[in-house]
Amino acid sequence: MLEDWRLGGFGLYIHWPFCESKCPYCDFNSHVSRSINQEAWRNAFLTALEHYARETPDRVLNSVYFGGGTPSLMDANVVGSVLEALPGHWALANDLEITLEANPSSVEAARFDEYRSIGVNRISLGIQALNDPDLKRLGRLHTASAALNALEIARSSFERVNFDLIYARQDQSLEAWREELQRALSFAPTHLSLYQLTIEQGTAFGDLFDRGKLPGLPEEDLAADMYDATQELCEAAGLPAYEVSNHARLGQESRHNLTYWRGGDYVGIGPGAHGRVTVGGHRYATVGTPSPNDWLKEVASGASGEMQRDRLSPEDHLGEYLMMGLRTNEGVDLARIENISRKPIKHNKIKDLIDIGMLEMSSGTLRVTRRGRAVLNSVTTALLPD
Amino acid sequence: MTDLAHIRNFSIVAHIDHGKSTLADRLIQETKTVADRDMKAQMLDSMDIERERGITIKAQTVRLEYEADDGQNYILNLIDTPGHVDFAYEVSRSMRAVEGSLLVVDSTQGVEAQTLANVYQAIDADHEIVPVLNKIDLPAADCDRVAEQIEDVIGIDASGAIQVSAKTGIGIHEVLEAIVAHLPAPRGTLDAPLKAMLVDSWYDPYLGVVVLVRIMDGKLRKGDRIRMMQTGAVYPVDRVGVFRPGMIPVDELTPGEIGFITASIKQVRDTKVGDTITTEKKGCETPLPGFKPSVPVVFCGLFPVDSNEFEDLRDAIEKLALNDASFSHEMETSAALGFGFRCGFLGLLHLEVIRDRLEREYDIDLITTAPSVVYHIHMKDGETRELHNPADMPDPSHVESIDEPRIKATILVPDEFLGDVLKLCQDRRGIQLDLTYAGSRAMVVYDLPLNEVVFDFYDRLKSVTKGYASFDYQLTGYRADNLVKMQILVNDEPVDALSTMVHRDRAEMRGRAMVEKLKDLIPRHMFKIPIQAAIGGKVIARETLSALRKDVTAKCYGGDATRKKKLLEKQKAGKKKMRQFGKVDIPQEAFISALKLDG
Ligand SMILES: Nc1nc2c(ncn2[C@@H]2O[C@H](COP(=O)(O)OP(=O)(O)OP(=O)(O)O)[C@@H](O)[C@H]2O)c(=O)[nH]1
Ligand SMILES: C[S@@+](CC[C@H](N)C(=O)[O-])C[C@H]1O[C@@H](n2cnc3c(N)ncnc32)[C@H](O)[C@@H]1O
Ligand code: SF4
Ligand SMILES: [Mg+2]
Repeated sequence: MLEDWRLGGFGLYIHWPFCESKCPYCDFNSHVSRSINQEAWRNAFLTALEHYARETPDRVLNSVYFGGGTPSLMDANVVGSVLEALPGHWALANDLEITLEANPSSVEAARFDEYRSIGVNRISLGIQALNDPDLKRLGRLHTASAALNALEIARSSFERVNFDLIYARQDQSLEAWREELQRALSFAPTHLSLYQLTIEQGTAFGDLFDRGKLPGLPEEDLAADMYDATQELCEAAGLPAYEVSNHARLGQESRHNLTYWRGGDYVGIGPGAHGRVTVGGHRYATVGTPSPNDWLKEVASGASGEMQRDRLSPEDHLGEYLMMGLRTNEGVDLARIENISRKPIKHNKIKDLIDIGMLEMSSGTLRVTRRGRAVLNSVTTALLPD
Repeated sequence: MTDLAHIRNFSIVAHIDHGKSTLADRLIQETKTVADRDMKAQMLDSMDIERERGITIKAQTVRLEYEADDGQNYILNLIDTPGHVDFAYEVSRSMRAVEGSLLVVDSTQGVEAQTLANVYQAIDADHEIVPVLNKIDLPAADCDRVAEQIEDVIGIDASGAIQVSAKTGIGIHEVLEAIVAHLPAPRGTLDAPLKAMLVDSWYDPYLGVVVLVRIMDGKLRKGDRIRMMQTGAVYPVDRVGVFRPGMIPVDELTPGEIGFITASIKQVRDTKVGDTITTEKKGCETPLPGFKPSVPVVFCGLFPVDSNEFEDLRDAIEKLALNDASFSHEMETSAALGFGFRCGFLGLLHLEVIRDRLEREYDIDLITTAPSVVYHIHMKDGETRELHNPADMPDPSHVESIDEPRIKATILVPDEFLGDVLKLCQDRRGIQLDLTYAGSRAMVVYDLPLNEVVFDFYDRLKSVTKGYASFDYQLTGYRADNLVKMQILVNDEPVDALSTMVHRDRAEMRGRAMVEKLKDLIPRHMFKIPIQAAIGGKVIARETLSALRKDVTAKCYGGDATRKKKLLEKQKAGKKKMRQFGKVDIPQEAFISALKLDG
């Protein structure tokens, strides 16, 4: 029988854990460090890569993603060495997508050409906001004009450019967001990631929020209006949502992210990186050692750098497939569901959710409706196995 | 044995918060029963829930050894009692085991409703009463005025009242001397057959059932085979001991003494408080009169949130009932909630305490259905039924009339709040019986329907009087009134667990208050939910809980599915704390909260 992951594809994620400074909202595994030994990191990535390649032989690699942190702080030759090593490990898809996340400062923009020349073919820019006061409140180091400049440079070097915006920010009105988004759309992007500001525990914002010192965040109704406006404006501009927060022109979807959402396998390399690999018929969730120094040392001493490996039960696997799959327009496939877990899925729940207009079903596929997508947590929770 | 002349047994009684437990601390300390370094405030309040709420719920016994000024050694058995009206039964029971009472009155507050109630109980138990004026360290203390008040309002001699500060220790020595000098020694005969009062019992996870006893005649030793006269159960005694306040084994308990026994008692039903314990052979002939049974006045259903936990709940309820004679229970089944228990309580605080203890001490999540008092339903065919659960209300066309329980409520309140109190009582369908003054405080007596009082009257009273009023009540009887069953429909389906009996004239008001409350209590769902109150099919109040529009935290998680999954699992676990009625999840606390009126 076909292993389930094959229906989702196979990708590689490389985590670069360093940033120029720590943004107050960010709970990604990112650290500020004065000295980074790029050489050591290159060697470690290559070693870890070999380790995972041995576990996943005979596969076709569809995508590579350098995420962070701020991967645009990586020396181009480090990125290049990783890319050069790939053909030795896997067959590469003809249309192999190679994305690198970049912060839109001038220093980093200066490297875009180099990245292009070593094979990176997609850039994802963290612009976050289009006005300086808001960028400042988000703790960003760049200005709006620097960001637009970086966007310009990126577009001249790369055919495929995405940029991220964070909305539902403090004191942001519906009107202000509509205008900001219109402006973003006026640059005719082919891909946009539009994230609602999430307050995470353990971040500076999380702390302020708990102490009641982060005023001006939108209530549910305003957040819902902003979400609705986002759908409306993006659709009108030919960039419909293909996932909860991601919009693209047809064919410009991020293949790498689709692999996550379609329940494919991905190797995760680097501090705190997550992976999902199917080995010997079982799917495993892997997590790298989070501390950059520890990870580096472990890998240098011949270990895998992996802190944790859990074998997913069929229920866990199903839960993940539902959770990830329902985020997308494609939805989830009922045949796959049955294949993953023998436990019958909750048909009565599905029927209820269809009745109230949250789900729709056609030719063996289950999708959320637009209304359902806005309350996806609730929809997914209702469907998750008990 | 200890000779009777050197024993004194007493309870400490007072209005809530007047300082009983703190006074007990000082007596324990002054007699060096506990080393100073091991003392903690209100050390007899040992349950978590007592410490959290800062109130005594269970009466506690301690044995003190005291060398008096006359050079003689005395054994003093102290019982600290609760002050809240819901636990009055605990007080009356304790009083049966002792000969005297320390009546503590806060000298900054004066006589309050439970001061009165407790004095009457003490007089009823033939107690010698020693008045103690507490908190004299506070600037607002006014001992002369309070002593006068005691004489005026209660009618007992307060000239010998002892002025103390249980906080600083002033006057504690005088209290000990007064106990020895003014309280009577117990009576009893050592050579007679064993006659012991079963004062209290509880379940201890290590020792099993522990029984608190007061010896009247004879003696009790380890190894004796004892018989509970009412239940007939026979057990060999495993341990005999006293509380100091930890459990200390002793060889024997003799007349006048208070202590505990354990006897590997299997059946918790075998130990009934108020029963008389004697020896299996050559036992005493006549049992003690026993305790007046307590009458539960508020009933509700308790159901496990997880229906698999029914057996655990049964076990837990039986163990708790052992510790609390005033709590009744019988099995109940409900279409929506499955198996559970219909339980009776002395009041809402009592209900909340039992529910909390079941949840914490036995780790069971519970659904508590809307509480109700007991109605008497007169059927057209002449039959009379007791209605404990509004869901069981017969078809009104077969009902001739409905009687509801009434109470006599006594409220003491400073003059300035009298108007608010009268209005509150009037709103609750009260009939004023009496209004007198003691200084600047008014004492109002009202005849009120119990169902207007039980759920939130005390809270409302405290809030309209800024905490300055006190309140006590007794059941007086039943009277017919225009009562109807009000149903609550959530998403167009009736939820039995929320049905209540209401007075017809108050139905709209109550219905509106309940649906508004429920609108706040029920979380938003993916669809909009009508919430209605109805009487016999006619909707009298309606609210709509709008649909959830947005919940997604639409952040990018990259390949980290684990984190998102944890988040959803947490959401799911939250749902487990609720129970589904039709398609709607109702949180477990909604059923009681919906009945508490804000205005
Ligand atoms: N200033 C002062 N405060 C006191 C004194 N005695 C008790 N208190 C305080 O009064 C409050 C109530 O004291 P408790 O001893 O718990 O009162 P209680 O009568 O046992 O209360 P219940 O058991 O709930 O009826 C506590 O905050 C005590 O610290 C005193 O002599 N002086
Ligand atoms: C892995 S992060 C980092 C990318 C890059 N370092 C940057 O900050 O531009 C990818 C994106 O997640 C989004 N993001 C991070 N934290 C967020 C939060 N707390 N709420 C909403 N979006 C967030 C930002 O838009 C960010 O660009
Ligand atoms: S948001 Fe981006 S730049 Fe800011 S700390 Fe996080 S990873 Fe680094
Ligand atoms: Mg107390």
